[in-house]
Amino acid sequence: MAESEFVYVIYIRTTPEKLWRALTEPEFTRRFWADTVQECEWKRGAKWRLMIPDGRVADTGEVIEIDPPRKLVLTWQNHMFPEMTAEGHSRMTYELEPKGSLVKLTVKHSMDTPGSKLVKAVSNGWPMILSSLKSMLETGESLEGTDHWPEGI
Amino acid sequence: MRADADKVFKALAAPERRLLLDRLRAENGQTLSQLCEHLDMSRQAVAKHLRLLEDASLVVPQWRGREKLHYLNPMPIHEIGERWIGKFERGRLRALAELKAKLEGDNDG
Repeated sequence: MAESEFVYVIYIRTTPEKLWRALTEPEFTRRFWADTVQECEWKRGAKWRLMIPDGRVADTGEVIEIDPPRKLVLTWQNHMFPEMTAEGHSRMTYELEPKGSLVKLTVKHSMDTPGSKLVKAVSNGWPMILSSLKSMLETGESLEGTDHWPEGI
Repeated sequence: MRADADKVFKALAAPERRLLLDRLRAENGQTLSQLCEHLDMSRQAVAKHLRLLEDASLVVPQWRGREKLHYLNPMPIHEIGERWIGKFERGRLRALAELKAKLEGDNDG
């Protein structure tokens, strides 16, 4: 395969509108996404950045495609680790599809080159973030350990 | 979501399907033909196992042009882990898993 890609699918008992807000509004993201904040005007071509609690910018990119509450495509470059920064921009996609009382959320994260360190690194983080997101939307509580940034990073 | 958990356990209950998941873990995004290579199973049998894995959301299909690529979706297994493994046990279990891997090589049997 000529690239690195991960695909995650999770079913969440919620509405596409609520899920969209949870994925894009800082008051929600910081609860299930390790207290990080994303800044963006959420329109096509807008700059996007993800900041960790001490104010450092972890990742940046641009909105490639946006169709609330159905689809979001971002470019995504890491700035915390030089070897990942050097890989350039990865691509991250959210797709939200209503399925009865559930919403199917598909998250894809890919890089055009094989063996991407960034894609490998995010593939360790996404499952935890997504199950915490599910827990927050279904029970009101995110999962323990996902509401703060890990020490020492 | 009990019915879905049943599907996940059923899908994981066959060694052939676990082998397919292992193949996808080694190389994500393979076609049916690629998955059939080096396997002692008919194409039909592999397709049938893949359908059960897809049904349980353990494998997610993605179309690229006319090619159907199969991706390993770790979310159902992660959710099972979240359900029964607490935050404080996780570190200890990881240490034990690493010790086991070191002593036995990287096989899961």
